[in-house]
Amino acid sequence: MLSKFLSSENGRGLLMVSPPFLYAMLLMAFPLIAIFLFSFWTQDFMTLDTTFTLNNYREIAEKPIYGALLQRSLFVSASVTAVTVLLAFPVAYFLSFHVRPDRKSLWLFLITIPFWTSYLIRVFLWKVILGYNGVINTGLINVGLIDEPLTFILYNVNAVIITLAHAFAPFAILPIFVALEKIDRSLLEASQDLGESKFMTFMRITLPLAMPGVVGAVLIVFIPTIGDYVTPELMGGAGGKLIANMIQTQFLALNNAPLGAALAIVAMLCVTAISLTFVLINRRWLKGRS
Amino acid sequence: MSLRIYAIAYLIFLYAPIILLPIFAFNDATIIAFPLSGFTTDWFTELASNKSLHAAVKNSLFIALVSAITSTILGVCAARAGAMHRFRFKAGIMGFIMLPLVLPEIIVAVSLLVVVVQIFDLGLSNWTIIAAHVLICTPFCIAILNGAFQNLDPAMEEAAMDLGESRFSAFRLVTLPLVMPGIISSMLIAFTISLDEFIIAFFLSGASPTMPVYIWGLLRFPASLPVVMALGTILVALSIVLLTIAELLRRRGLARAGVKDKGGFL
Repeated sequence: MLSKFLSSENGRGLLMVSPPFLYAMLLMAFPLIAIFLFSFWTQDFMTLDTTFTLNNYREIAEKPIYGALLQRSLFVSASVTAVTVLLAFPVAYFLSFHVRPDRKSLWLFLITIPFWTSYLIRVFLWKVILGYNGVINTGLINVGLIDEPLTFILYNVNAVIITLAHAFAPFAILPIFVALEKIDRSLLEASQDLGESKFMTFMRITLPLAMPGVVGAVLIVFIPTIGDYVTPELMGGAGGKLIANMIQTQFLALNNAPLGAALAIVAMLCVTAISLTFVLINRRWLKGRS
Repeated sequence: MSLRIYAIAYLIFLYAPIILLPIFAFNDATIIAFPLSGFTTDWFTELASNKSLHAAVKNSLFIALVSAITSTILGVCAARAGAMHRFRFKAGIMGFIMLPLVLPEIIVAVSLLVVVVQIFDLGLSNWTIIAAHVLICTPFCIAILNGAFQNLDPAMEEAAMDLGESRFSAFRLVTLPLVMPGIISSMLIAFTISLDEFIIAFFLSGASPTMPVYIWGLLRFPASLPVVMALGTILVALSIVLLTIAELLRRRGLARAGVKDKGGFL
């Protein structure tokens, strides 16, 4: 029976995929369930109380700081996503439509390199660029455009958004590029032969067909940015801390892991809910057009 | 034309921080700001004599090596199953394995921390970091290996088996050489990711920090910043070398498999 199953196409496929699947089960699914349970427990310094309670969630709902942090985090993630995807789309479009095919992988390689290199130091260098005596301020003063250093670009939410938008740029370009590459070029010719202008062809053919890539880019930027505490810590100053900083503090400094777990769960639920809504709205919009 | 100018401006934006790195690493001043004062290689010599940095680097190299090998093996299984087999719940299973790609890293970090420390009451060590790094590297390995396994004709392995090879030796003698460039490319990428990963390592490292965790500690002391710049310069140079080799191998792998290069790691 077992040997028959293992020699079937279905069985061999399942056997082959089982090591990575079991690994993800053990080290992702199981810990996620554990942290969910954990968020209903309480901790008093080092002793863990495993009686079921909603106290952690009650505390999150009642203390305004958590709501404020969560709101700010979602705002930052949404802004980063919007900035990144809007800036990335023209680059992906240029790569797909205007670069010679044999040059495309060179361009993609150049775009991905900064993404793989020394994340911490890259974030720190944005401080050097945006700071009071930073590259931008000294540059603008030397040119004579401003008299005093600009202060709205460091130690606040703007600085966090700029830095994160830089860190996630390749993540946004690649899915859009892949979607654009799949578009049948003869559709564009047909549209123009039938009398549509270049702009209308873009709006009615290219953009709707590129939407799956745009949606992919939005998700792959929006969801992970909520979990970054390095950038707000280094760039955000006092007013730019985010929910991830609070989770980190609860776990490592305040020794209140159950509350940290509850915060992580709440943050993840919010992000998932927003992402699903976005996907559904987009699907309906695309269906409404066809 | 204006699109090309925009794309080039965008590349400059992407490279802005990296270009500054060597400038400050060789600058003869403790403050990281313009104007520059003079040329020095002192910061690099300081790196050579820093014992705790050496320990952190050694840790990171060990973690990155084990993570790279393990996640590539898991990636080969997934990419082969995805490209060459049909089985039930395929889309669901593959999606589940790729999920760490979009899971916020802090969630991976805290959930593993809870399981290791609170539930199993084990200590944190390099192995807890490796466990997490394998999880987040595997989707990237799969994405790279997919390129190598797709369009690989299953008939070639079947032919080897018809000629008397066992299933495993058919894989070893026929498929493995064809996907080898992809495998090495995948290991190099996973190595680079693990070497540079901070968010998870900060939660899961035990008594001995990894290199990014050590750098994080240095960032708080203004006096040590030039040394960090020197270290960063070396790291960036090293990862550019590794990534270039990975990219060249990936292309060679695609050429061997007879696939047209569509470009990109993902």
